[in-house]
Amino acid sequence: MLPSRAGGASPDFTLDAVLEAPAGTCLALAGPSGAGKSTLLRIAAGLLRPAHGRVECGGEVWLDTATDRELAPEQRRCGYVFQDYALFGHMAVWQNVAYGLRGVARAERRRRAEELLERFGIGALADARPRTLSGGERQRVALARALAPAPRALLLDEPLSALDARTRASASRELAGVLRDSGVPALLVTHDFTEAAVLGDRVAVIDGGRIVQQGTAGELAASPASAFVADFTGAVVLTGVAHTGPGDVTIVELDGGGTATSTDRRTGPVALSVHPWEIALEPAGEHIEGSMQNRLEAEVLTVTQVGNRVRVGLAAPQPLVAEITSAALGGLHLAPGVRVAATWKATATRLVSL
Amino acid sequence: MTAARGRPHGYRDRHERRRPLARAVKRGRWFAPALVVALALALAFLTLPVVAIFVRTSPGNLIGALDDPGVLDALWLSLRTTLLALAIIVLVGTPAAYLLATRTFRGHALVVTLVELPLVLPPAVAGVGLLAALGPAGIVGGYIADTGVRLALETAGVVVALTFVAAPFFIRGAQTAFAAVDRSWLEASRTLGASEARTFARIAVPAAAPGMLAGLALAWGRAVGEFGATLIFAGSFRGRTQTAPLAIYERLGTDFDAALALSAVLVVVSGTLLLSAKLLGGQGTETLRAAR
Repeated sequence: MLPSRAGGASPDFTLDAVLEAPAGTCLALAGPSGAGKSTLLRIAAGLLRPAHGRVECGGEVWLDTATDRELAPEQRRCGYVFQDYALFGHMAVWQNVAYGLRGVARAERRRRAEELLERFGIGALADARPRTLSGGERQRVALARALAPAPRALLLDEPLSALDARTRASASRELAGVLRDSGVPALLVTHDFTEAAVLGDRVAVIDGGRIVQQGTAGELAASPASAFVADFTGAVVLTGVAHTGPGDVTIVELDGGGTATSTDRRTGPVALSVHPWEIALEPAGEHIEGSMQNRLEAEVLTVTQVGNRVRVGLAAPQPLVAEITSAALGGLHLAPGVRVAATWKATATRLVSL
Repeated sequence: MTAARGRPHGYRDRHERRRPLARAVKRGRWFAPALVVALALALAFLTLPVVAIFVRTSPGNLIGALDDPGVLDALWLSLRTTLLALAIIVLVGTPAAYLLATRTFRGHALVVTLVELPLVLPPAVAGVGLLAALGPAGIVGGYIADTGVRLALETAGVVVALTFVAAPFFIRGAQTAFAAVDRSWLEASRTLGASEARTFARIAVPAAAPGMLAGLALAWGRAVGEFGATLIFAGSFRGRTQTAPLAIYERLGTDFDAALALSAVLVVVSGTLLLSAKLLGGQGTETLRAAR
């Protein structure tokens, strides 16, 4: 468990956040730049001391300004992945990874570092200098280095932002696996909601130093607490496996059941995204076939008024969100538990390889 | 009509043709050579004395003059005192520079300025200041004398004078080098379980090493050439406080060849140090990193 609370009062910035991440899960902290995401992460790592705050990990208090208790960063043993990876340029890759292994003989440190690098598929780079690596390789070294000393928590600051778009998809898939297997709580900072949805078990949206909403990505998209969260969550993200179907469209077998079609060409694991306002609702059962039209039967979970629009959270069975105008409701009766069909065009369906 | 139309045309024509060809060439004909002449004058003036040291007398005479035990004593003393001064400077200056580079505190700019003051202080003033502070009648010299340590007019005094004038060169270089070390490297080291002291030793110093060595080379160059402060604070006693520059001064009237020989050695030493500083700092840093 990594509960942390930070209230900061510097002349120009106040942070007010309570976050909690159970072991083996990842809490994604998402928000625009300047929202205070990285500040919270630095406080958790001990790189920054807030005026008031409390950080706890697995029952051990790392920081409590009320009792004046503060552990130095080196005593907290949390793996930190920096935005630019911060690999030590004057050391070989294996030395970077072995840096956090203390009280172990040199040969053993090298062996353990190489073992980790092997696990990340970059065993051949053990003797390379960080400056000669590609962005994706650097990220893996940074992850291996953070994991080497068996940290009690993982803190990741925009771990994908230094990568180009092509590398990002595979790096994201790898990272999700690493976070799942690590068995420690993880706190991940990102400015991209899709990234937060893919990597985080739960997502906390932060704006102006305050956590405005916390929940699963589906919950946030389905019933945003404010127009800001609604804007920020943007597209709905579903995952599945894509293959090419008849008529040159891509068919995605959605995880948890159901299929969707897209005009984007992808194969293999994908994240499918569609904007909530592209989705229309109609009564369940009525069926008009059309390969260019997606149709998923779903159960209404939530109905939230956002301005003059209605956000409808659906279980389809993956969480899906439709945002419709009150006029478009027609005779449709929307209440939790009601079964409806969500429809949207294949042309409005974006696919990103995972 | 014709004139009115023809004039702007002719004007433009003249401009296009004459400016690049005639006028600019005309200007270039005196300006560019003027630059070359200025540089040639500067170069000749600045290198002539150095060249003269080597050609004023025959190489045989130069080497022969080096055989004089007094000359060798002076060189040996210079080597010992400058190395000792450098050791003190590195030992104290490195952590001090690290603090200046990584922390901000009230009076930071003032402290930096005070540390750099010896750079611009006339050496004679430095010598007088050292006497007033650490001499037998100085404000703290009395206490030092009570412990049985003598500085003024002793070899130890030479080291003190050299340390005083050369330290800022190293501290400045090291501070700049530490400031250039990626802050996130230091933070990453901490999160990986290294204390601040270990981070300093394992990350900051190796990463800043090229810049520190460049500063060290400059400090050494300054220490080797030190004259005024040493003369005033430590005097010029053969074998005890007479470093190479002081020995040169003493021999000017009596043995000019020996003075030339010592000067030649110092030219080679200083040139080597300047070259190392250039290679280690600036572009050299990149080359060095690439080489590793």
